[in-house]
Amino acid sequence: MSLARDMMTIAAVSAGAFFFLAGTVGLLRFPDTLTRLHALTKADNLGLGLVVLGLLPQAGSLRDGFKLIGIWLLTLLAGATVSQLIARTAREGETAK
Amino acid sequence: MTSGATVFGLCAAVAVGLGLYGLITNPQPLRKIIAFNVLGSGVFLLFGVVGRRGAAAGIGNDPVPQALVITGVVVAFAATALAIALLLRLFQKTGTTTLCSDVRPSACSDPSGD
Amino acid sequence: MSIATVFEVVLATVVLGFGFWTTAVRKTYSAAVGFVAYGLLVALIWVRLDAVDVALTEAAISGGLGGVLLLGAAARLRDSETTAAEAPGNLTRACAAVLSVLIAAALAGAVWLLPEHAPTLAPRIVANAWATSLANPVTNVLMAFRAMDTMLEKVVLLLAIIGVWSLAPDTAWGGRPGPCHRADPNGVLAFLARLLPPVGIVVGIYVFWTGADHPGGAFQGGAILASMWLLAIMAGLADTPATSRRWLRCILIAGPGLFLAVGLGGLWFGSAFLAYPAAYAKPLILGIEVAMILTIAATLGLLLAGAPERSVK
Repeated sequence: MSLARDMMTIAAVSAGAFFFLAGTVGLLRFPDTLTRLHALTKADNLGLGLVVLGLLPQAGSLRDGFKLIGIWLLTLLAGATVSQLIARTAREGETAK
Repeated sequence: MTSGATVFGLCAAVAVGLGLYGLITNPQPLRKIIAFNVLGSGVFLLFGVVGRRGAAAGIGNDPVPQALVITGVVVAFAATALAIALLLRLFQKTGTTTLCSDVRPSACSDPSGD
Repeated sequence: MSIATVFEVVLATVVLGFGFWTTAVRKTYSAAVGFVAYGLLVALIWVRLDAVDVALTEAAISGGLGGVLLLGAAARLRDSETTAAEAPGNLTRACAAVLSVLIAAALAGAVWLLPEHAPTLAPRIVANAWATSLANPVTNVLMAFRAMDTMLEKVVLLLAIIGVWSLAPDTAWGGRPGPCHRADPNGVLAFLARLLPPVGIVVGIYVFWTGADHPGGAFQGGAILASMWLLAIMAGLADTPATSRRWLRCILIAGPGLFLAVGLGGLWFGSAFLAYPAAYAKPLILGIEVAMILTIAATLGLLLAGAPERSVK
């Protein structure tokens, strides 16, 4: 049983780390603000989501699991809001030029 | 675990050096404030490294330096806020953030540089 | 080399990379952004050093609130960047580099040559933990064994607030701190500022409450509460209170005031200044902490808001 849980953790966290890597490469390589934001959302939403999913089987209690999910949801909310704000500012800057 | 403490101890020493260099060479006051914070975090980390080596009685890090650092972080934040408030007031009053007492920009350049 | 050591070396390298970038980058705004990333990664180092209490403080206050402070200042000072050009000469740079390298090397040598058996106060703290019936040793040190430090630190925060407020121009004396924030009331920031504070306030109080037995405490919880307040202010849903308001000043002195009162009570009823009677130690500490978290949240928020800039009208 614990082997299956460990396997799931390794698989999900590795997948999450891959999305973080992909998101970071995109952040560094993409040409403008909007595409960079697009790359970043992969790291934030999918990457962290997979890492949290992978850590859930390792959580000692139901409470710890809910805390992990809570962290993911809060990050989603903050990430989405900040992306919106940055995108809006970038667009305003473009039209001002 | 001592190896980890040593790695971070060396990291803290370099952070202190970086902060000190930035504090001296950056001409803008806000950059000096940032560099000072980097220096401070290096000093705090040194506390943490020494405390980590003092792990005993089931506690991973000596609680006394930990408490000192928590106090220190808050005080450093308060000092930073005061410094930035001073800087913003200076900017409001004079329209510039130079630290030179002489207003002519030409007189501000370091004589040793050219 | 174990995998943990590899991780530690990589973490230290990335932290130093951000430290270097923060020092060397040309634009001040970029330096402020670099400092935020630096602060958050330093918090990870604190976790590795088994000091989770400090990690929370570092992330919340140094990286989080400090980052907001620096970013705000960098944005307001952006126009002044072109005028301040008095860069130091090569000689000064070389001397600074030599000095910095020497100091860093001396510190590194000191770390390298630390004695094999480090002195520690941890066993004595565990042995005396019964006196307060708190399980978190750091909270024990902050609130009981070194309570004097914590009380005086509250006074330092108060002095910093007085210093910031005294920078107000005559026309704005006793007025509202900081510029007026206007945001689209139907925009995404206002939406976040309506959605997040209820959750954030619960998280802040939880971090404070759990500090008795687990990592957390009044500083970390207070920083979270302050950030919720600031979010509402930045979204234009609330305004900073005028600094002449009496209720505001009462909150600001509540923490250190109660602390001092309890300390003097210890002198009166007990054996020494700040000596808690053993039977009431936990309720007294809790009471001080409740007053302290309010004071800390208000103080941190007002330090970020800055000097009064608008008159009360």
